[in-house]
Amino acid sequence: MKRNFPLLLVFVFGILGIIPFIVPHPAVQNTDEFLRNNLLKILAAFALILGLGSLLRVHFDKIRRKGQNWEYSWVLIVTFVVTSIIGLFGGVSGTGILPTRIGSFAFDIWTIYFNIEVPLGAAMFALLSFFMASAAYRAFRARSAEATLLLASAFIVMLGVLPLGNDISPHLPSFAQWIMDVPNVAGQRGILFGVALGMLATALKIILGIERSWLGGGGE
Amino acid sequence: MTGMLLAGIFALAPPTAVHAYDTPDDGGGAVTIEWQLSADDMHLQKYEVYRSENGVDFEKVGLIGRGRNQIEDETEDGKQYTYKVAAVADTATVFSEPSSVVISTAQWLNRKKINIIVAVVVLGGLIMFFIQHARRGRELFVRKIAGLHAIDDAVGRATEMGKPILYCPGIGYIEDIATIASLNILGEVAKKCGQYDTKLINPHFDPIVYTVAREIVKESYTNVGRPDAFDPDSVYYVTDSQFAYAAAVDGIMLRELPATNFLVGWFRAESLILAETGASTGAIQIAGTDQVSQLPFFVTACDYTLIGEELYAASAYISREPLLLGAIKGEDWGKVIIGAILIAGSIIGLLTVFPIMSLFD
Repeated sequence: MKRNFPLLLVFVFGILGIIPFIVPHPAVQNTDEFLRNNLLKILAAFALILGLGSLLRVHFDKIRRKGQNWEYSWVLIVTFVVTSIIGLFGGVSGTGILPTRIGSFAFDIWTIYFNIEVPLGAAMFALLSFFMASAAYRAFRARSAEATLLLASAFIVMLGVLPLGNDISPHLPSFAQWIMDVPNVAGQRGILFGVALGMLATALKIILGIERSWLGGGGE
Repeated sequence: MTGMLLAGIFALAPPTAVHAYDTPDDGGGAVTIEWQLSADDMHLQKYEVYRSENGVDFEKVGLIGRGRNQIEDETEDGKQYTYKVAAVADTATVFSEPSSVVISTAQWLNRKKINIIVAVVVLGGLIMFFIQHARRGRELFVRKIAGLHAIDDAVGRATEMGKPILYCPGIGYIEDIATIASLNILGEVAKKCGQYDTKLINPHFDPIVYTVAREIVKESYTNVGRPDAFDPDSVYYVTDSQFAYAAAVDGIMLRELPATNFLVGWFRAESLILAETGASTGAIQIAGTDQVSQLPFFVTACDYTLIGEELYAASAYISREPLLLGAIKGEDWGKVIIGAILIAGSIIGLLTVFPIMSLFD
């Protein structure tokens, strides 16, 4: 029963997920909408409580064990508590019962989000350009025939999108575009065919209960 | 509304043959109106569509530019409607004859998707056939997938070095098939971690994926007879902010120095940030995703990459369960069919472009 009940649930909800794709009737579409927008949100709310509980437990445990860089766990816990209080009692844009402004200094949840979270995210994203440079250096070392081909095609594509490419030869930009449109797209489509079939097979295996790794293994 | 000609220097030809019908393959609430263009179409500004519920009083419900002869109108199911189309020029407006009565209803089958249903049934049938084939005990050959073959070595290396294994399922949600495939692989990796008594670190981006993953890892440890080795804090939720998650996982890589990093699931721009940081720590990296745009990053920065469908085949490959291997065989035959259709389509296309068929006239 412990195994069969989750399998039954997956089968029923898996079929309920497929039917709206082919049945446009509102009775079916509205049920699907309810499952996706209401039920899933309720589940997500409960899961979020469990998730935040696990996050705090891990960091309290780290502080207790005095693990490596345990001091930073206090930063997480304190900012978590402060932002939660501001978010819960200060309202989304400072309209709650908790004052979120001292003179011209605002610290409502939107201000915190736009002035701390967004710039920090942008800083992480900006690192990507440096990582790209180091990855490109590694990828373009011509150690094999395939890597040499990659280097040559990348060189042509990069030149093709620069004004310099057009100066070297007016055919270079169109050749670069051909590399992007034909061999590149052909390779991508090959992968996408495999992905589509893999998705279908995985969905079938899970709905029919053949794939049970998500239950911790294939045992009966 | 009833006049044929409101004003004008010359008489416009009205649109003709107005045909209103319930829009097919929809959930109701719509009627499609078609007409034959006015003979003076090139002199028109637009066409206006008028609707009546009693056949007498018409109200304007839409307009469309000249040269176009179809429009869809939002309706209430079960009500009777009649339509007229007016040809509108600078100086005159002329109405068509009314259409016949039409009632919109909701349909139970979208016939436009029958081709997809047929393809799914054929491919699903193939997969089921090979699963039955495997059930009868037939040996099935599956080619070696280097990335999956390396899992045993990667877990063994971590055990020997006394270092943990990091398993990052990406930033997908539970409804993403790549995330589900990643969770399937996580189950198998967790079993090996349980067998070898190797520490597993599994940080999460989505709280629902976290709760599912926690149960999977717990079950896996139980299945290999090591429920005591399961650390509930090894699987934990971090944040649902993309780059905060990347920063957290990067931090884990640099502090804990895992011997092996699994980056398997649904990734976006953070893929290279994670893979390059992992590469800088000297860890063996096994990556896998179905996101074509992220694959080059993983191929460049990781030791092994599961490309597209290999991600979905992984749990079958690792577990070696005949039924799951049968499904992979079914997928392969599906690709054979798609390949054959593509070749046949290309040949037919070429025959049309080059008039070879005319040689047989």
